[in-house]
Amino acid sequence: MTSLRRNLAGALLVLLVMSSFQRAHALPAFARKYGLRCSACHEAWPMLNYFGQKFKDNGYQLMNDRDAPIWQNPSYWPVTFRITPLWHRESTDKVSVDTSATTTMERQITSHGFDLSGLDFHTGGTLEKNISFYVLPSSNAAGQFHFETVMARLDNLFGSPWLNVKLGKFELDNLISEKRILTLTNISGVYQTYHFRPPGDSNFYGQMGDNQLGVEYLGHSANDRSRVSAALLSTSDGQVGLPSSNAYSGFFTASQAFDVGKFGVDRVGFYAMVGEAPTFFLTTLGGPVATPFGTNSGGGNKTFSREGFVGLFYFGKLDFLALTQHGTDSAFFATTPSSPANQPLPAGLRSPTWNGYMVETHYVYSPQLIFLQRSEFERVSQQGVPGTPSNMGNLNMFTFGYRWYPIMTSRAGFAWHNEYSWLRQRGTAPDGLDLTSSSLLLGFDFDF
Amino acid sequence: MRTNRLKGSLSLGAAVILTLLSASWGQNTPGQQEKWMGTESHIGNLTGHASAAKTDYRRYCTGCHGDLGDGQGENAPWLDPKPRDFTIAQFKCRSTPTGTLPTDEDLYNTIARGLDNSNMPPWNTFTKQQRADLVAYVKHFSAKWQSEKSGTPIQVPPQPEVTADRIQAGQALFKRLECWKCHGVEGRGNGPSADTLTDDLNRPIKPFNFHDGTRFKCGTSNADLYKIFMTGLDGTPMPSFADNVKPEEAWDLVLYLRTLQPMNTKEKQIAKQLGLKPIDPNAPAPAAAPQQ
Repeated sequence: MTSLRRNLAGALLVLLVMSSFQRAHALPAFARKYGLRCSACHEAWPMLNYFGQKFKDNGYQLMNDRDAPIWQNPSYWPVTFRITPLWHRESTDKVSVDTSATTTMERQITSHGFDLSGLDFHTGGTLEKNISFYVLPSSNAAGQFHFETVMARLDNLFGSPWLNVKLGKFELDNLISEKRILTLTNISGVYQTYHFRPPGDSNFYGQMGDNQLGVEYLGHSANDRSRVSAALLSTSDGQVGLPSSNAYSGFFTASQAFDVGKFGVDRVGFYAMVGEAPTFFLTTLGGPVATPFGTNSGGGNKTFSREGFVGLFYFGKLDFLALTQHGTDSAFFATTPSSPANQPLPAGLRSPTWNGYMVETHYVYSPQLIFLQRSEFERVSQQGVPGTPSNMGNLNMFTFGYRWYPIMTSRAGFAWHNEYSWLRQRGTAPDGLDLTSSSLLLGFDFDF
Repeated sequence: MRTNRLKGSLSLGAAVILTLLSASWGQNTPGQQEKWMGTESHIGNLTGHASAAKTDYRRYCTGCHGDLGDGQGENAPWLDPKPRDFTIAQFKCRSTPTGTLPTDEDLYNTIARGLDNSNMPPWNTFTKQQRADLVAYVKHFSAKWQSEKSGTPIQVPPQPEVTADRIQAGQALFKRLECWKCHGVEGRGNGPSADTLTDDLNRPIKPFNFHDGTRFKCGTSNADLYKIFMTGLDGTPMPSFADNVKPEEAWDLVLYLRTLQPMNTKEKQIAKQLGLKPIDPNAPAPAAAPQQ
């Protein structure tokens, strides 16, 4: 169990590092194209408001007959970069460190200093009226690039906003978008609820916060009050090159917004992700099987599912984003590595199940100043391996901070971001106790 | 010597002040606008309050229309057509006669609908209350709303049946009213006067191209089109024809103009059956039918 805990602690750290400074979509290029300020589409960039959501749902079109590129100056190229120079302090307790060649002890590790986020190059817009695209090469802080988003979309087919089809790698139609998240620390840069797995669970394919490869249908009413979408995805967690298996997943969401008078517009919705993922990979001489066309050697697909309810509630300047999600993985994923489905399931293994809860609050003092907090709670309702403490892996996360936008123009975005986050996971420290981390970040978040 | 210098300085100062005063003559100061922050709008059962829309205006509108509503937002230099100057309270899309103020509902509908062939998008994601508040905020920019009432909306009679005779009559009217001089003989916005047109602020302006798009500046319905040429688009060369054409003639023109648009309408089908050709401005008017 100790090694399991050490692995879990390591996995948690890796997750934190991987999740650090996830970039979001915010395009001054769109603002420049249409002559609108960032605030027109963003409650506080990069988070969209309802008008911005409608703009996105229309395929980055305002639907005012000026959407085709022919309306733009020929020198206009819709490209934006975003990066965040920052100072941050990271602290994790109960890290195993060597005290001699043969002994270790747990201690708190704190590191701080000046740093950079990754760099994003967003380019998107219309290729023609009702044909839109988005390409986002994204790097980590060391400058290693990958394609975070690449997609083309046919919009308003047959003149109907209810018929839009997208193909490529894209963010799922999450009603609370992780790619437009307002929180930036190593802990809060992702929604834990979208990525959580119980201890030992080896299915990393059901991470709804990650961009996925597939095809998506989306329909919405003219004023975007009603929205529905369905996506067919390769179960690859967005990795290109057919790396995993011939498995597919589906993602479905539907929501309805309501006019609540002087308070604004509220929205409630439902989503579900269901799919299959491989439980084993063929090998050759102990290494991964490779063909000229990929390493698609997974097999023994087993099911997983995520279902959730979302609410966006506005009370004037105060708003709440609420999310609750239930997750289930096949018993074959209960351990790491997973149990190959071409062999009998080891006795006693059960389907790991869990529930997540999240509330994010914003106080929009003005379009240029927003205070925010988020609380997330992940609770394992059934451990996959009998005998595992029932609360092991349970996670609490809190973050709070503010973003101040000293400029509010249609040319560029600039924010002074200040945030503190704290996370605790039950029983995952090497000594079996709770593992706690904290993160403090101060930075200039800008795009142009 | 000192007295002369003093007098000179005073004269210069007075000249500067007079120049500034004359430059700002007729404009509303922020102080005045602040006084009018109590302006209301009334749309059905809704009452909009200017003071409630301050943040929304700043968030959504300032970039083009400017903090003072004078159409001088930071993006104004790059936009064509230019954003509306709310301080002069002149609006294109009205249900009221030319030269009068629009109704609150006209402004309310414009916000939700947007203005085609411009950068003004449809803001239909707003709540009704938000839109009503923004209407009041738009009104608070001009003294005109404090001293004048909205015009009385024109009556739009029921649309007559679409017939070949009406479409042909509409085409004849298109020629007689010389619509073609701006809009072109085929309604493509390329008439002989098109390149010379300017708005009231002497800025170049293009006539509407009926073949481009399915919407009009102020709506999509036949009644919207009827209103456009019976009320005119104030501030543009498009006049009101309320004094020149009868209501039934206006409907004829509406039906003919529908034949020019890209959609497959009943009007277009009839025009096709008729083999309707674009007008020839130089052709003599057909002789009146002999009296029996």
